[in-house]
Amino acid sequence: MKINSNLSSAARRKFLGKLGLAATCTAAVAGAGTLGLAGAVAAKTESPPQGGSFPTKDYDWTKHQWAFGVDATKCIGCLRCVEACKNENHVPGNAHQFRTWVERYVYIEGEHRARIDSHQDPVNIKASGSEKEYRFADRYKDLKVEKAFFVPKLCNQCTHPACVQVCPVGATYKTEDGVVLVDEKRCIGCRYCVQACPYGARYFDEERGVPDKCTWCYHRITKGMQPACVEACPVGARIFGDMRNRESPVSLFVRNNRVQVLRPESGNGPNVFYVGIDKEVS
Amino acid sequence: MEPLMQFAPYTGWVFPNETVIEWTVLLAVYPYLTGLVAGAFTVSSLYQVFGFQRLKPVAHLALLTSLCCMLFVPLPLLLHLGHPERAFNAMITPHLTSAMAMFGFFATFYVVLLMLEIWFAYRPYIVEQAQKRKDFLGKVYQLLTLGSYDVSENALRYDRKWVFWLAVVGIPGAHGLHGYVGFLFGSLKSREWWSSDLMPVIFLFSAIISGVALLIVLYVVSCKLRRVPVDLDCLKGLAYTVWAFIMVALVLEALEFANIVYKGREGVDMIIEFVSGPLLVPYFVLQFAIGAVVPLLLLSYMIWRGTTGRALVVGVTSSACLVLFSVFMMRWNVVIGGQEISKTGKGLLTYFLPFLGQEGALMAIILVLAPVVVLLGMIRLFPPWADDPIHAAHAAS
Repeated sequence: MKINSNLSSAARRKFLGKLGLAATCTAAVAGAGTLGLAGAVAAKTESPPQGGSFPTKDYDWTKHQWAFGVDATKCIGCLRCVEACKNENHVPGNAHQFRTWVERYVYIEGEHRARIDSHQDPVNIKASGSEKEYRFADRYKDLKVEKAFFVPKLCNQCTHPACVQVCPVGATYKTEDGVVLVDEKRCIGCRYCVQACPYGARYFDEERGVPDKCTWCYHRITKGMQPACVEACPVGARIFGDMRNRESPVSLFVRNNRVQVLRPESGNGPNVFYVGIDKEVS
Repeated sequence: MEPLMQFAPYTGWVFPNETVIEWTVLLAVYPYLTGLVAGAFTVSSLYQVFGFQRLKPVAHLALLTSLCCMLFVPLPLLLHLGHPERAFNAMITPHLTSAMAMFGFFATFYVVLLMLEIWFAYRPYIVEQAQKRKDFLGKVYQLLTLGSYDVSENALRYDRKWVFWLAVVGIPGAHGLHGYVGFLFGSLKSREWWSSDLMPVIFLFSAIISGVALLIVLYVVSCKLRRVPVDLDCLKGLAYTVWAFIMVALVLEALEFANIVYKGREGVDMIIEFVSGPLLVPYFVLQFAIGAVVPLLLLSYMIWRGTTGRALVVGVTSSACLVLFSVFMMRWNVVIGGQEISKTGKGLLTYFLPFLGQEGALMAIILVLAPVVVLLGMIRLFPPWADDPIHAAHAAS
């Protein structure tokens, strides 16, 4: 009996040992699988791998921190930036969808609030003669203008972007180098991001079924070029560069000026820095 | 071919990209249907959990109504998506900081819960039909028994326990689902008209009144169609429920509006111009005066005078119709109204509702009526009437 029981207990131990091994293996496989799955699920929001070049071989997004400056005192409202952007980024040629636009603020004598318009305004479109070409009509020529200025607008590539927060699938995301992008292959087209942006920077491309927005010409800046609007601006009102480089145009612009951002109360942490805007600009 | 986009005319200063109003009437239908789900479920819970016996004649109807509305809740969203074929991305790779990411999970959980509760509530009836009928429907009932034919006293007691606990879980489920819909709007800081802590609660209470009102209408119409007298006790119970919840809903809406005006943050001028201009009729006249105050006064009068008989049926039903209309207007005024006030706080836009098309008025009407059509079929499969044998059996036990 004793031998038997010893035998059986030995067999049981052996069996339990095997079972334990099997369980460990299963757990390891399952764990690795879960980790892999979790990794895949979190891929959209996870930080990119540190070290090595990402996202391409020639460009490492951990080595840059892009920023944009706007000197509104220089802008002449020529709208070359808007047309350059439309061409460069295949933005639909109409007066309702823009990655970047320019606003005009005009204070008329005796009025307390600015008259504000943009090139999309029907009066201005009439002046240009086409929804694909833009100019500011000389609509205030018979009035006494006290003060007037232009304000270029574009995506603020916020540090805490509301559009990224609300995207239900993580299709819109923040890159390591500070730009907010849209993954068009993942986006479901719910337009929650369009609603969430306090700056009206996003539009919805009906044909492609996804939203679109300014990317600071990410396809260009990652190749060492300037955004199309910056390159097209004849007066240097748009300034772009890398904040990691202390001598870059934008670093100098931010360092040498008292800059402000739009709607700081939103908590979004916008990254387009303005000089020369007025109280009514938001 | 219809144009891809409708451009919204505007006054004042609006951002160029805002001239296309992105969330259409379908986004107003979505919270409307979700609200009906939560409201109808409230009625069933009042009976199942809180023991409001007078609501018994509509308790099962409430469950079926809730399910039928819930089945159509995702449809307005799917019709609106730029890429509906990717809708499941929200469940496969949810982005957890998004309020919208949870919708699929909440909705699935709630549909499963409702189906379970209905199954347990109807099990004796399903078993009876499966054994009695020899036709095709008999086969359907056989399938629906899920192989469980035990209708002993013990089993039925077990069923009732399940119904009770599912109803208990369903209360936070249904109300959470709708409060969450309010959060979708209330949590957006980009629009003053939406951005409010009260929004989820307002949505919830308007949801409850819409669901109860829908049940009043469905119950009265069903009695007329079946040529049976309306149970006045039950109708009164529903009327009291609507009355009480309208009070709360009205107070909350008033508080919300008072908050916006009193705080007077940037952009409030435009809101005042909006509600006293384009929104005057839809907001103050249709949603509040005709849709909420009139039924409240009418119901108060009937409760005060102890109205009964035909006058009560007519009075309560008309009040219910007004409430249903009011709640739709509330959804409209929030969803569409919110987008008609520019993010600049310096301009107003006008939404144009096309009649035809994927996001037109006709589609919205179809989506609102579709649950009622499905309910007609559902009622044939699972008769919810208290005078049916199933209820008699329940009453006896």
